[in-house]
Amino acid sequence: MKYSIGTVISIKKIGEGIFDLRVAEPGIARDAEPGQFVCLYSDDGAHLLPRPISICERDEESVRLVFRIAGYGTKEFSEKKPGDTVRILGPIGNPYPAFTSNVIVVGGGIGIPPMLYLARKCKEAGLKVTTVLGYRDKNTFLDEEFKAYGDVIIATDNGDLGVHGTVVDAIREKDLDVSLVCACGPMPMLKGLSKYVLEKGGRCYVSLEERMACGVGACLGCITKTKQVDGHSHVKNQRICTEGPVFDASELDW
Amino acid sequence: MAIKTEVKLAGVSLKNPVLTASGTFGSGMEFSQFVDLSKLGGVVTKGVSVVPWEGNPTPRVMETASGMLNAIGLQNPGLDVFLKRDLPFLEQFNTRRIVNVCGHTTEEYVKAVEILSESSADILEINISCPNVKAGGITFGTVPKMAEEITKAVKAVAGKKPVFMKLSPNVTDITEIAKAVEAGGADGISLINTLLGMKIDIRRRAFALANKTGGLSGPAVKPVAVRMVYQVANSVKLPLIGMGGIACAEDAIEFLMAGATAVSVGTANFHNPKVTEEIVSGIEAFLTEQKIADINEIIGCVR
Ligand SMILES: Cc1cc2nc3c(=O)[nH]c(=O)nc-3n(C[C@H](O)[C@H](O)[C@H](O)COP(=O)(O)OP(=O)(O)OC[C@H]3O[C@@H](n4cnc5c(N)ncnc54)[C@H](O)[C@@H]3O)c2cc1C
Ligand SMILES: Cc1cc2nc3c(=O)[nH]c(=O)nc-3n(C[C@H](O)[C@H](O)[C@H](O)COP(=O)(O)O)c2cc1C
Ligand code: FES
Repeated sequence: MKYSIGTVISIKKIGEGIFDLRVAEPGIARDAEPGQFVCLYSDDGAHLLPRPISICERDEESVRLVFRIAGYGTKEFSEKKPGDTVRILGPIGNPYPAFTSNVIVVGGGIGIPPMLYLARKCKEAGLKVTTVLGYRDKNTFLDEEFKAYGDVIIATDNGDLGVHGTVVDAIREKDLDVSLVCACGPMPMLKGLSKYVLEKGGRCYVSLEERMACGVGACLGCITKTKQVDGHSHVKNQRICTEGPVFDASELDW
Repeated sequence: MAIKTEVKLAGVSLKNPVLTASGTFGSGMEFSQFVDLSKLGGVVTKGVSVVPWEGNPTPRVMETASGMLNAIGLQNPGLDVFLKRDLPFLEQFNTRRIVNVCGHTTEEYVKAVEILSESSADILEINISCPNVKAGGITFGTVPKMAEEITKAVKAVAGKKPVFMKLSPNVTDITEIAKAVEAGGADGISLINTLLGMKIDIRRRAFALANKTGGLSGPAVKPVAVRMVYQVANSVKLPLIGMGGIACAEDAIEFLMAGATAVSVGTANFHNPKVTEEIVSGIEAFLTEQKIADINEIIGCVR
């Protein structure tokens, strides 16, 4: 993990309140694996906690971050211009394991970005990738890019596009083989999906979110309850920033 | 000009007065990838109890203006793991080891201190001020008589280890508690712990933290902390470890001038993981610029 000052290469608005930011920081970019995230820091000392953002894509020089404006920090990042600097920490957390069988990649809302890098990695490993993306309405983003890696199924809450309903509704309707599923998105979606997958006897990896203060495993702010005793505190709390954000859903006690 | 940055805390010499604040730096392992721990005066470890504590439900942390609220609830692995893993890790560095201790009852504090009296800890810091645990903790730190009793009880079993009592700012008159722990035989005082606070999520019409209340820390609390350090420095003879909102060398120097012999840096580590090392070099730069040969000249210089 590296703490550094990155340089903004480009920034684009790709949806309502959604931005696509490329930050040059080779030391972080080279090590970044699917499922990991970075923390960006506000330039304003009054907003002192780091903002965790998933790694959507990477090349040798830079990381690509796709985020939604949610408050002060993300607004500040959205106003960056090429050449501006931003303090960045990363790559953080445990990535998705390297898979050897066909995989369903599921993203809901602002949980979609990290799945793009995962889909590419799986495709490059010769696996068949099927992507299921959940949106609120027809204002989709990144869906076209997933098509390079395999079939893409879309579900919308209001029925604007694709399957009317949730990503689980879409998976059920298409009767997809759920032997191996990876997902990132809102908590209710992750819970519903993992219940469905586990009941069908599949394996489900989920990427979790929690409020963070340090991002490095020291503050114990970001824990999630697990079935097994954790290695750090020897209770049943794994740190999402360190043992996560990717967890095997069968190990969670939620 | 060679500048002297060494200070002494109850007989323990520190190469410089910069420490980490308990609970914000783990046992140093995580931050050692960003900071050379040997450059710090010491590392103050996360509160440790006799047996593992689970802590509170999430959310446990929230940002607030120039600060944050936390209600971790003293999650920790207990002394067994701490002594096998965390303390030996710190022994690899040329830095002082200050072990922060928590408990629910007098017996728990005494048991922990008894065990630690045989360890490689240089100083024990006793947290009688955590606002985030239901039993014990803060109640010991808000009633003078109880603060004195708990100090006596831990001193009785601490052996040669200097004992610093960590005080809560959530009291009417902090000098009363300071005098009580001095009467109880404390070797020093650490202050301040966090200020009890609350945040409401107006969209959810609910408490932002699962614990409802949490401890406020960060730059927002600094003026309160400086005032309290000044008051305590002028009411007891004990050495002080001052903290609360320190984010740069200038902040640290304010605490030294108010009467603290050393300072702990907490929440600022979250905004800049390298900040402790930067504060060490910033203090040296200030002393050079001001032509101060020995840092001890400025400790308590503002009366
Ligand atoms: C592992 C992880 C990966 C994430 N990846 C992405 C991503 O790729 N794209 C994206 O748009 N968002 C992502 N998020 C959510 C993102 O961190 C928040 O939207 C962001 O922190 C909001 O900051 P703000 O200053 O704009 O909002 P404010 O409301 O001003 O933030 C106040 C505080 O709350 C924290 N906070 C607010 N919302 C969240 C949240 N949902 N999760 C954690 N902390 C929060 C902030 O970090 C800050 O400390 C991720 C969160 C986590 C934990
Ligand atoms: C996340 C967090 C965890 C903390 N845990 C402890 C603890 O275990 N024991 C303790 O005595 N103080 C604990 N504190 C209090 C700090 O050590 C310090 O007294 C306080 O935060 C003020 O300093 P700061 O503003 O520099 O953070 C904690 C503070 C934070 C923010
Ligand atoms: S954010 Fe501090 S431990 Fe995860």
